[in-house]
Order: sequence, then C-alpha cells, then structure tokens
Amino acid sequence: MADIASTEAVHPAGLQHHFDSLEQQSDASTLGMWVFLVTEVLFFGGLFTAYLVYRSTYPDAFAVASKHTLIALGALNTAILITSSLTMALAVFASQEGNGKAVIRFLVMTWILGASFLVVKGIEYTTDFHDHLVPGAHFFIEGTNIGHAQLFFSLYFIMTGLHAIHMIVGLGILIVMMYMAGKGKFTKEYHIPMEVAGLYWHFVDIVWIFLFPLLYLIDRHK
Amino acid sequence: MSEHIVPKSTYYTIFVLLLVLTYTTVQVAYFDLGPFNVVAALGIAFLKASLVVLFFMHAKWAPKLQKLIMAGALFWLAIMFSFTMMDYLTRFLDVAR
Repeated sequence: MADIASTEAVHPAGLQHHFDSLEQQSDASTLGMWVFLVTEVLFFGGLFTAYLVYRSTYPDAFAVASKHTLIALGALNTAILITSSLTMALAVFASQEGNGKAVIRFLVMTWILGASFLVVKGIEYTTDFHDHLVPGAHFFIEGTNIGHAQLFFSLYFIMTGLHAIHMIVGLGILIVMMYMAGKGKFTKEYHIPMEVAGLYWHFVDIVWIFLFPLLYLIDRHK
Repeated sequence: MSEHIVPKSTYYTIFVLLLVLTYTTVQVAYFDLGPFNVVAALGIAFLKASLVVLFFMHAKWAPKLQKLIMAGALFWLAIMFSFTMMDYLTRFLDVAR
C-alpha cells in the first residue's frame, strides 16, 4: 500500500500512464494535433486548388461574380473571428495559470463571438438566396456567363459552408472545455486539452483569413 | 515544464496588428493595382496567418519536430498547387504547331 501511495505522489493528475512526464504528454498531444491540422490544410487545400483552377480558367466570370459577395459582412466576420482568436488565446493563457474562472469567462466570450460569426454568415446566405446567387435553376447574374459564374458561387458555398461546419464543431469543443474547466480539471501543470482546442480554433481562423481575400477582395477593384 | 508562457501583452499586440492588416487589405482591394491586387491580398493574408501561427498557436516556441510537421503542410500544399497548375496552365496550349 505504501508503494502505491508513493507512486501516486509523483503521478500528477491528468498524466496518462504511457507517458513518462506531463511535458512528454503535452508535446505528444500538440504534435498529434499539428499532424491532424496538416490533414485539414490539405482537405481545404483541395478546394483552394479547385478555386485556383477555375479562377485561372474563367477569370472574367469570377471577377464579375465575386463582386456580388457582401464585403461589409465578410469584413465584419473577419474582425469577429480575429477577436475570437484573441479571447481563445487568453483562455489558453488563463489555463496555463490554472485560473479556471478566467478560462470559463474567455471561453464564453469566444463561444459568443463564434456564434455571432455564424449568425452573420446566416444573414449573408439569406441575402444570397434572395439575390439569386445560389447555383441552380434560379441563379442569375447580369453581364457574364451564367455557368461560369455558378462555378464561383458553388465554390463560395462549399468553401464557406465547410468552414462554417468547422466553426460549429469548434463551438462544441468550447462547450466541452467549459465543462472541464468547470470541473476544475485545468491546473498550472495540466491544461493540454485547452492548448489543443486553441490550436483547432486558430486553425479555423486561418482558413477564413485566406477565404476572405479570395472570395471577397481580389477582384473588387474591377 | 519547459512550456513557454506568452505574456498577455503579446496577444493584444498581435490582435491589433491583425485588425490593422484586415482594414488595410479591405482598403487596398478598391484600388486597381493590376496584377498586384492578388499579390497584396494574398501577401497580407499570408502575413496574418503567420502572426496567428507564430504567436496565437505558439509555433515560435514549438519543438523542432512540430515545426517540421508545419513545414510539411506547406510543402505538400505547394506540390498540390504547382503540379495541378503545371497541368491546367499548359493543357490548352497548341503544342502541335
């Protein structure tokens, strides 16, 4: 019995048995998350490649079509996501200090900002539907080839839609983190889940950082 | 733990930089810079993404193995883009003449 007690004394909370130390466990978790994010980069990369191919094939139609995206809402959403990345970084910072209350406070702020992004996106989609910008029988844009313009909007909806799905998953992860923080799971020594959740959230931000100029900005001057 | 804790002030600085860059890229988009509109838009996007990766995602202080994985993402992405475009940009050239 004495042996077990002494083992537990050197066995910090949260350390899984197949790791030597929390540091090793933390490095392994973070590495695993980065490997996952590489697969995500290539997942979105396939869509960016499709965009590259069709934009270079039909530059005029893409220029005309992309001017129909709502730049004010896109810019607003960019600012919202950047702010949510700040609050997420501050939540991770709070977890590094073992300050559970601050973790929850910043996670709630991040969650509200993430949800606001989706609301703005929803308003944007609604406007797109009303303006006949959804590919299909009722699609209409003046002054260019309808088929080629539909390619742009197909990519617009698939890319922003896939991004929005990632946001929804992120909101779910934030709730799990709030629950864990509420249970007092995070300490100065153990806060790996927050680090990993932070990586995911910032990655989704980065995808939007590239979607915004490609879908809203680059042909705006034409 | 050898974990590097980034001070809060760094996060606020990066946040302000990201907002300034977002404002800049939107303003620049309305000027006709010819081919440089694409360069400016993607250059600023790349800069913003780098700031997020280096500071918010702590890549600046990450172990070498993690940095290698990150570089791997860019490497494979570059292969996907360049090999695909090598095909599409040359496919419709009339090679016979």
